[in-house]
Amino acid sequence: MAMQSLIPAGEFKTSYAADATIFPTVTSRNVLIVSLILLCFAPLVFDRYALSLMIQIGYLGIAALGLNILVGFTGQISIGHAAFFGFGAFASAYVNNNYGIPVFFAIPIAGLMTTAVGLIFGLPAARLKGLYLAIATLAAQYILQDFFARAEWFSGGVHGSIANSFSIFGYAFDTDARYFYVVLAYLIVCYLLATNLIRSRDGRALVAVRDHYLSAEMMGINLTKYRTLSFGVSSFFAGIGGALYAHYLQFVSIEGFTILFSIQFLGMIIIGGLGSIMGTLMGTIFMVLLPEAMEWLTSSLSGSAIDQALGLRNNISYLREMAIGAVIVLFLIFEPDGLAHRWKQIKAYWKLYPFSH
Amino acid sequence: MDPLLLQLIINGLIVGALYGVVAMSFVLIYKASQVVNFAQGEFLLIGAWVCWWLITAHNIPFLWSMLLTFVFMVLFGVLLQVVVLRPLIGEPIISVIMVTIGLSIVFQALMKWMFGVFAQPFPPVFETEQVSIGGAQIQTIYLFSLAVSVLLLAACAVFFKYSKYGLAMRATAFDQQVAQSLGVSVKNVFAMAWAISAVVSSVAGVVVGIVNGVSSALSFYGIKVFPAVILGGLDSIAGGVLGGLIVGLLENIAQYVDAKFLHWGNLYEIAPFYVLIIILMIKPYGLFGTEDIERV
Repeated sequence: MAMQSLIPAGEFKTSYAADATIFPTVTSRNVLIVSLILLCFAPLVFDRYALSLMIQIGYLGIAALGLNILVGFTGQISIGHAAFFGFGAFASAYVNNNYGIPVFFAIPIAGLMTTAVGLIFGLPAARLKGLYLAIATLAAQYILQDFFARAEWFSGGVHGSIANSFSIFGYAFDTDARYFYVVLAYLIVCYLLATNLIRSRDGRALVAVRDHYLSAEMMGINLTKYRTLSFGVSSFFAGIGGALYAHYLQFVSIEGFTILFSIQFLGMIIIGGLGSIMGTLMGTIFMVLLPEAMEWLTSSLSGSAIDQALGLRNNISYLREMAIGAVIVLFLIFEPDGLAHRWKQIKAYWKLYPFSH
Repeated sequence: MDPLLLQLIINGLIVGALYGVVAMSFVLIYKASQVVNFAQGEFLLIGAWVCWWLITAHNIPFLWSMLLTFVFMVLFGVLLQVVVLRPLIGEPIISVIMVTIGLSIVFQALMKWMFGVFAQPFPPVFETEQVSIGGAQIQTIYLFSLAVSVLLLAACAVFFKYSKYGLAMRATAFDQQVAQSLGVSVKNVFAMAWAISAVVSSVAGVVVGIVNGVSSALSFYGIKVFPAVILGGLDSIAGGVLGGLIVGLLENIAQYVDAKFLHWGNLYEIAPFYVLIIILMIKPYGLFGTEDIERV
């Protein structure tokens, strides 16, 4: 998995506190704060399309974070993440529409409901690992998809369900520029939560379960508890992400939450780097921008001989699907530690330049 | 007995035999090279499309195009193993799983791109459409598919029992290091497992293609194979075949129960997955699988 041991020469720590700190230097903290402040002005600068992409990165990034805690930090595999994401979306809309709970509260409630569902399917996770869990979550994906289509009281069946827009004290966040701040706030909170989870005793237990579960068990770590916990946390983030998605589009259809979407989530964390919090966000950005890149590639090739031979324009959707699969395969073969690792290497290279050893 | 039930049971056995064949080719790869192949369904898809393309675009007779498909699938299986899977030997299980998932997406999209999304019928292969056995009308092609499945299973059983390469494969499945020290080329065995699996899957793909037409729905067999192999035990070929039969029967009986009593709809598709979850909870190593015992 993630090669945390590849710390470049010249970096050493003398206390556990220094090792566990979020920001290794004051500069890195300041850079993050400044870039977050700059990000707050994004709605003034970018057009609607770019904003919608950023919002997409936000809610997908939250869900992918949950998956990375499960896969990257605990070493369990889930191929049903999109179904949990979808459940969160429907749950938030359902709670808001049927019980009149404001959207502000509906989103965390949806997260908790998704956690409950995740735990039901995660029950096998207490006993299973690796491959068997992957297959169990695959079944969960199909069962939940079937449930969305069947449970009209919950999801509106084939008609889908309407979700209200997010509002606080009557101020509606119903445009992209306003909703951007909602997603940004959730993103910051979720990433802080996850970062601190990993720094805590529980987080270290998760990593221990991943690295060598037999040793972990001998050290007194309750395997069942932590595997189930990790599954629950993962579903929680998926539910939050899904709820944000629902209130952004203000409509949830049963169509979208397919296995391909689940695989996209897995792709995000593999590309970003398993077991890396910031890597998750990088992977999400990569995965969201990938279709845009394919679009750009197609339009720049339009009219050329390649285009005429392959009919790129008409087959753009297949091209996108293929790109997702191909990127996953290529990353696994050539860069299994993901973008986060590459980023670290680039940083280390410039830090030590020109004497890299 | 209710004629509908009888018909469904016969259907179940026929479909189940096909699941059994796919399950066998899945277990073959898993046993030999410890790779869980999520792209098994795409093997069916590719085999069926290649055969269909040879018949319709080049007017090659059925048997010849079938043989050419086999040749293609052998090359394809070996190439896949050498180019994609070999660099991943020794990587954690999630990498291997994800690579096969990635491959399955690529192939599915590629096939849609090349051949379109609509189901294409095979040209008729047999003269007579239906025969009547015991009062139930059965299409000839179903009998053909049953015969092909049984033949394939028997051929593989003989191959593993008596041939030199079959023994080498069993030795590798038992213990890679021991096999290697006895002069078995493990690399070749891996490649061979993928080739055989690809060929066997393509036969199943062509048979399903003849019955239902060739479309991307074929790749769903690769998902349906999971309930079968988990039920039978992941590393047992006989278990996989039996699991396939049971899943095929189960689907059709679920459909019967659904049509007669429950009226939920779509139970046919989803019942195997409920069973899968239940098996994983109570007996994760299946009926014949070896239990994973770890010693410290």
